[in-house]
Formats: sequence, C-alpha cells, structure tokens
Amino acid sequence: MTDRKTISAAGPAPLTRRTALKGMAAAGGLMAAPGFVRYAQAQSSAPIRIGFQCHRTGIGAAYGRWYERTTAAAVKLINEAGGINGRPVEIVIEDDGTDAGRGAEVVAKFANQHKTDIVYGTLFSHVVIGSAPAAGELKIPYYVVSEGYHVASGQLNRWCLQPGITDVRAQVTSMAPWIAANAGKKVTMIYPDYAFGYDHRDYLPPALEKAGAEVVAKIAIPPTESSFTRYFPQIPSSTEVLYHVMVGPAVLTFVKELGEFYGSSGPKLFGFIDSLEAVDINSPGLEYLDGSHFWEGSPRYAQAGDSDAMKAYRAAVGIDDNGASVNDPRDISTAGHMFGCWETLYVIKQAMEASGYRGPEDRAKLVEATEAISTLAEGPEHPQGDKVFDGKIHQVFGHQYISKLEGGRLDVVHKTSIEDSRYEPEADYTAQPF
Amino acid sequence: MNGSARLWLLHAAVVALLVALNFLLPAYHHGLMARILVLATFAMGYNLTFGYGGLLSLGHAMFFAAGLYGAGLGIQHLGLGVPAAFLAGLACGAALALLAGLLALRTTGVAFMIVTLMFSQAFHLAILYFSAFTGGDQGLVLRPQQRRIETALGTLDLTDPTTRYLTALALFAVVLFAMLAIVRSGFGRVLVAIRENEERARMLGYDTFASRLAALVTSGTICAAAGAAYGLLFGYVGANFASVQYSILPLLWVLLGGAATTLGPLFGTVFMYYLIDIASGYTSAYMLAVGVILILLVLFFRKGLLGTLRERWLRWLP
Repeated sequence: MTDRKTISAAGPAPLTRRTALKGMAAAGGLMAAPGFVRYAQAQSSAPIRIGFQCHRTGIGAAYGRWYERTTAAAVKLINEAGGINGRPVEIVIEDDGTDAGRGAEVVAKFANQHKTDIVYGTLFSHVVIGSAPAAGELKIPYYVVSEGYHVASGQLNRWCLQPGITDVRAQVTSMAPWIAANAGKKVTMIYPDYAFGYDHRDYLPPALEKAGAEVVAKIAIPPTESSFTRYFPQIPSSTEVLYHVMVGPAVLTFVKELGEFYGSSGPKLFGFIDSLEAVDINSPGLEYLDGSHFWEGSPRYAQAGDSDAMKAYRAAVGIDDNGASVNDPRDISTAGHMFGCWETLYVIKQAMEASGYRGPEDRAKLVEATEAISTLAEGPEHPQGDKVFDGKIHQVFGHQYISKLEGGRLDVVHKTSIEDSRYEPEADYTAQPF
Repeated sequence: MNGSARLWLLHAAVVALLVALNFLLPAYHHGLMARILVLATFAMGYNLTFGYGGLLSLGHAMFFAAGLYGAGLGIQHLGLGVPAAFLAGLACGAALALLAGLLALRTTGVAFMIVTLMFSQAFHLAILYFSAFTGGDQGLVLRPQQRRIETALGTLDLTDPTTRYLTALALFAVVLFAMLAIVRSGFGRVLVAIRENEERARMLGYDTFASRLAALVTSGTICAAAGAAYGLLFGYVGANFASVQYSILPLLWVLLGGAATTLGPLFGTVFMYYLIDIASGYTSAYMLAVGVILILLVLFFRKGLLGTLRERWLRWLP
C-alpha cells in the first residue's frame, strides 16, 4: 500500500546563466511578497520523504513485514527527537512484490511521482540489482539493507549504498576463524545453487584456508529441490563440520532429513540464521539442530549482557525476549537482519545533517556525506554494535554474532571483531562521476 | 475510404498518439509507458501463436529471455555494441524458437502447453546453473556506457528517457505494422484456418506443421526483440524474466486486450500494468483485486476488450 499523501517538491534541473538569473529575479520578487515568511517556514518544515521499497508480497514478505515495523519504530523516534535538519521524516511505502522488474518501476515511481528525497530499504539481492540502474539513471540515493556482496563488489553505481548491514563476504570471512578453531578443520558446505549460496561458496574456502581449515566438499542444492536425502551421501565421512545455508520453506525438510540420515551421530553443524528467520526455532522437525551453532547479524533472543541501547531498540520495534512480536508470540521476527533498517535510517539522518541536505538538488552532496562517514559508534542509533564504513565501496563493516542453539533458544557464544570481517576492497565508487 | 486504408490509418493514429504521449506524459508515466511498449511488443509476439495460431504456449518467457540474455551476455562477455547485441538477441530467440518448434509442434493442445513449459523451465534453470556467465538469479547490470550507440550524427544514449521512449516506440511500431501485414497476408489467413480446423486446412493442401513452425519462429523472434530491447533500454538482465510468470503474463495481456486482434496486446498490457500500479497504491492484497477484475472481465468481455468490441460493433478490426 502506498502512502498517498503528496508533497510538492521541485526536481533537479541543470543550472544555467539564464535559469540562475530567472531564479534570482523570482527570489527577489518572492522576498518582496507579503506571504514570504510563511512560505519560507513551510519549505523549511516540509517533511523529508523517504521512499521505502518494501517486500510486502512475494518471497521476501516475512522480511518485509519486519523491515516495515523496524522502519516505523525508527522514524517515530527520529521524529520525536526533532526529525532530520529540523524537518519531520515521512515514509512513503511501495510494494515491489520482491520482483526485480517491479523494483525498478518502484524506484522510478518514488523519484518521479512521489518525489521522495531518497529510496531505501530493499533486501533481496535480485531486486537491488534490478533496481540499481534506475536509481543511477534517476540520480536518486538508494540505501539498501540487503546483505549480498553486490554493493561492495562495485557492480552497481555511485548512488547505491549499504551503510546499515554487513555483506555476506564480510560475514563469511569473520566466521571462518571461529569455525576452524572451535568446530572443526574439515568442512563440507551445503548451499543453495543460486547467488546467495555462491557468496558463501566463493568466500568461505579461502577464509577457512587462512585459518588452517579446509573445505572438503561443496554441495550445491538446486532451488527447485524439495527433498535432500539423495545429496547426503555426497558428504565425505571425514567431514567434521557441516556448513549449511539453506534458505526458504524447504529448510524444515532439509533439517528433518538430515536428522534421519545421521541419527544421533554426525558432524557438527554450523548454519546461517537466514535459513530460519521468521521461523520458530522450536518448530517440529528442527530438533536435530539442537546443539548447533548459527551466525546471527544481531541476536534474536535477548542476551544477559544486552546494552541499554539494544534493550531500547528491542522494545521500540516490539519484540519480546524470544525475538517474537510482543503482540503475538508466534510471529517470529527477522532480528538477524532488520536492525539494518534502524541503523541505515540513522546513517541517512547523520549524512543529511552533515551535508545540510535541503532537497533533491543536494542528493549528490548527500552521497558524498555518506561516503565521508568512517566510524559509527555503538549506541541508540547503532544498537547492534559499532561499525566502520568504507566510503569507497559504500559498504559498512561490523561485528558478527555466533550463537549456540540449546534448550530451545539461541545464546551468543562469540562476537567477532570488525577486523575479522575486513577484506581487500575491489572497487572505488568515489571515482565515478555523479 | 476503403477498408485497407482505414486499417492502416487506425494503426498509424495509435502510433501517432503514442508519439504525442512522449511529449505529454509526466516523468513517471513516461518511463512506465516505455516499459509497457516493450512488453506490449512481447505480447504481440505471443499473440501470433496464441491468438492467430491457436497454440497455447507456456514457454514464451524463454524467447523473451533468449533475447534479453543474447543481448546482455553479448555486451558483457563479448564486448558487442548495442546494434550487434540486439541482433544477437534476435538470433538467439529465432534459433531457440526453431529448435523448440521442431520438437514441441509434434504435439498440440495441453501437451503443447506442457512441452513448452518444460522447455522454458529448462532454459530458466540453465540460466541459474551457468551463473558464472549469467549472474544466476541476481542477474547482470548493463552499465550506462555499454548502452550507447555511436552514430555519424552523434551518440544515442539509451539511458536518456526520451531516447528510451522513442526507441521502445520504434520497436513497437515496426512490430505492430509487421503484425498487421502478417495477419492480413495469405500466411496469416492460413494460420487462422489451421486454428479453426487443422484437418480441413491440411486437406486443402496446406503444410500445417510448416505454417505453425514459421509462426512460432516469427513469434519467438519478436519476443526476443522485446527481450533484447528490455535489457538494452533498462540496463538489467535477470533470471526472473525467464520464470514461468513471464510466460503467463503475455497470455493475460493478450486475453485482456483481445486475442487475435492487432491492437489488443497493447490495450491488455496497458490495462494490466496500470491496474497493478493503481491497485497496489491502495492495498497490499492488490493481486486479489487484480484477480477479481480479471474474472469480471472474462465473464463480461469473454473475448477481451478489443475482441468484444470487434464482435459487437467493429467487425472490421483485424
């Protein structure tokens, strides 16, 4: 559903001598007009409009629901604290259906019809990649809360930024030392045979090698697969750790069949919470995961050492100690990712205030101000932890959490350092012209 | 004015109206209409086999994607320029349609539908499988500098909204007039005859297999042209365009606008696109609203918008 409230805003236009003269004449006339004071106030207090490209329907709907709640909570706080540059923030939502084609249309709709200042909030990689050309052509800042390596890889354009959530390459790189030291040295990977899985396939093996471990087998599961038993005999008997990143509804079958295959024995399991976001970890069929470890972007369950900022964040977005909605304990959140929306909005606020953002004419300045950010301190604006932003690759780096599933809940056993996740940048967006 | 002149004038008027819209439409609708024109071209290609040929295919996403990837991969991996990439996309679509047709046209009816669906699914999975070249499910981005055509008169930048709109319109207009010529030609009439009664057409001495194969190859080539244009104009080459959804969409567009009408695909695509665009502004259950409206249309306009118009009032519409 779209927020239908409309605010008129002038689009950017090339500045020539003639337009400058016209503008000066018009400004002079305006200042002489009796209603000028009221007009100026109306301009300065007009809302900052943020177009939220939301996965309300389609495969990303569970994530979209929680991204929307997190966004609403953050914007409420930002507005209560005076907004951005003294102006309230207004979120305009469009559903992209988690479809790349529609995603590009939605970006155009934000820029040309809703006249939003920026576009924000996309998660699924194919939608981000499908929408990025439109953002670049329309010259509208596109702040994604995705996770793929697509932004940092340099394949998008200068208008695309990911300042609120780390990318899979960084996550995988930081997991490897812990896996090698604590789980085992011989790792078999099971991953979906599409791009999300490839980021794991491509970046985990070198990171493990560096940590003194090795990948003994890589098993790609086609996305159409609904039964997995026939793949399990491919797991070498020397395997000490089974690294799994299955995503989608098939994960329940995957775990159940894995349990049936190994019985009470088997290698240690290490997975990514992406598989189980918005899924109750105590669902029937997931018993075999008990005792295994998971990567989490941010812990689903409240932890004993949670900071005040984290407690305040959880309360604001409406999740209980189990990471479920305070209104419905069966409505499990996507806590491992949705903090990225909260933190991205605060980065946008920081960059808009640093650049003195007034309107679409300042969009390039806004991108430059974001690129200039280097560190983000832990606190109410960044409850997941402190971060480092690399302006050249438009990507943020942060801490990662490793949790153990035990007694029906996930408890953090290790928090990686930011340095663990760093890699050599392969791009420089700042060299691209606007 | 004779019937033929009236038809050409009507189609020319539609194209003229679309040219005028280039100057009249606000920015968002201007961009949306450029997409619609490309996808209406896709629908026109589909209409040739479905509307005129009577072949219900669920595999046309494969031809659209063949054009999309033929052009996109040509640019990305072979460094082709835009015109060569467009032709590469066309060639891929034509070759694939010929191959698929040789095998699938041995069947008819439901079997044809299933076989084309299977071919298309295999093609979709092949795109995912060869992800090192195709970008897998994430797809590929064509950079603005890869979407420029250097001519003697200057650079044609396909990222420019006006250039993009007029290029999409040029493709649409060429295919529209080609379709008008095809359906009024002997070949078009033979296709309709085969659709109505294949046995009788065969008894009259027509090679029905050859005619249907020619229709499918032409249709596949048109769909590939639309796919290639989509990639070049909008800069994204993605696997979702090869999914079954993009085989069903042209079917819906054609059904809505009127199967076996030359202008139906345009009306159907515009109608469906704006229905989704407007309905999504009011509810996240917009697909439900779209479904209800589609059911009502099927109940009260069984032959689509233009098909019903032709049946009731304008019998001369092609």
